[in-house]
Amino acid sequence: MSTCLLETRALSRNFGALAAVQDVNFRLEAGARHALIGPNGAGKTTFINLLTGVLRPSDGQVLLKEQDVTAVPQADRVKLGIARTFQINRLFRGLTVLENVYIAVAERVGAATGMFHPAGARKDVIDEAMHLLARLRLDNDAHRRILELPYGRQRLVEIAIALGLRPEVLLLDEPAAGVPSAESHIILDAVGDLSEHIGVLIIEHDMDVVFRFAERITVMVGGKVFAEGTPKEIGADPAVRAVYLGQAGHG
Amino acid sequence: MRAETEHPAARALIGRHRLRWWEPIPWLLAVAYFFLYPSYLGFGTELLIAILFALSLDMALGYAGILTLGHAAFFGAGAYTVGLLAFHGIWNEPLTSLALAALVAAVIGLASGLVLLRTQGLTLLMLTLCTMALLEEAANLGHEWTGSFDGLPGLPIPPLFGKFEFSPLYPTTQYVYALVVLFLCFLVVRTLIYSPFGQSLTGIRENTLRMHAVGAPVRVRLVTCYTISAAIAGIAGGLWAQTNAYVNLTTLSLDKAAAVFIMLILGGYGRLYGAFIGAVAYMALTHYLSKYYPTAWQLGLGILLVVIALFARNGILGIGEALLARWRTKRGSA
Repeated sequence: MSTCLLETRALSRNFGALAAVQDVNFRLEAGARHALIGPNGAGKTTFINLLTGVLRPSDGQVLLKEQDVTAVPQADRVKLGIARTFQINRLFRGLTVLENVYIAVAERVGAATGMFHPAGARKDVIDEAMHLLARLRLDNDAHRRILELPYGRQRLVEIAIALGLRPEVLLLDEPAAGVPSAESHIILDAVGDLSEHIGVLIIEHDMDVVFRFAERITVMVGGKVFAEGTPKEIGADPAVRAVYLGQAGHG
Repeated sequence: MRAETEHPAARALIGRHRLRWWEPIPWLLAVAYFFLYPSYLGFGTELLIAILFALSLDMALGYAGILTLGHAAFFGAGAYTVGLLAFHGIWNEPLTSLALAALVAAVIGLASGLVLLRTQGLTLLMLTLCTMALLEEAANLGHEWTGSFDGLPGLPIPPLFGKFEFSPLYPTTQYVYALVVLFLCFLVVRTLIYSPFGQSLTGIRENTLRMHAVGAPVRVRLVTCYTISAAIAGIAGGLWAQTNAYVNLTTLSLDKAAAVFIMLILGGYGRLYGAFIGAVAYMALTHYLSKYYPTAWQLGLGILLVVIALFARNGILGIGEALLARWRTKRGSA
């Protein structure tokens, strides 16, 4: 029997007259490899922003490990175990790759408030950051600043930062977008290596990635959950094919 | 398998706070100045205080990215703390007065920071200006206490440790005193900058949204930084009042705030030593420009600022870094 890590109940968010997310009931189980797909403007990123606390819902609840976190701010939700990557890179561009991951790890282990010892004295933090970079095959770029890196490598730093937070729920917003296909397997391998207790929700347009990775798929259309099921069920669903996969199939 | 901390990037991070060979140079120069230019120690003291003030701004603006044009609020708060206490015969022992100046400035920094640092960008800039203007107007209106526009002249500052007199004609005590205080404050700022806390401040500067997303309490960090920065600016203001033995409204003025801002931009912000280079460049420039072009000296400063803003965003230190990097790659490829 699996436990529910993250749950939404009748979650809605309006932007003026636009109902970006409407009445979404969603469950992410421990150990889930769950994909969220849907056409552009379906409300996927808004949904992630509601889960992480960047946005407040107009209505409904977000529950993390059966605790209502609807009113909990973003930073505190991270402490409770939700981490995310962004659709568009949000990195510390002027800092080195290692410093980027250092900041995340230091925040998690509570080292970031240290004022009177050098950052370099926290060898445990540096060690962990370097391990993560090695896992994502970024160790050769560890000394380089983000703005010197190609976009695909920057995507990997996004993942490294999220993993540095050791989340229980990991939300990946199009992690492979802009990554050369030769490198996208590094991302999926790293996510695949994660502990079985972690629930992963991935937003992705690349259907190869989705069907390779996901054990469960939710399709969103027009802010609502349109269909949910195993990849087999979703792949065979004629309605889904019509609104989404059909379009992709022509491409 | 080699240890992770042996990686060059890890070694660079572990060792980045270590003293570089050139770091003692500014201090050696400051000591040399004392012996070489005994008749210009008044100017030297002014310069040291400007460096300290710019250093305090660098922490907030350069490292944490807090856009403020009202930092003279804290300089003035420190100066008036020393001035009011001494002028009204309440307290004038130099070191404790300086501590009180830091405390008062820190309290104002904390109180205003709690409100202001909810905002960003232009809004924040305007609110810092407003805070400063409010304090200036308060000092202007409290005539009986503050002397309004005339300020508080002839502050009775007793000798340091009961021994070293603050002589207006031979300001040796002032110079050494300001140099030692600057050095101690610099050590504090340098330690903070290289600490994990300082690293998180640069994270906020580089990407505030991402800092929220790694679970950092961004506003608490910013308010903490702003308060410390205010305290150091307060010490600079207190020093200014003690070494000049007077205090007036200019310590709270936009001129004062703009000058320190320009110093930091000139020298290069977020670079620790930008405050030193910038303050020296600014003071030297204004000194010579006003000497040779008494009517239009600010024009020269303005042109230089435009050039810096267009071609050298990282100030004089940034130019130096770029040249050094070019020289290194050239040597590497040769």
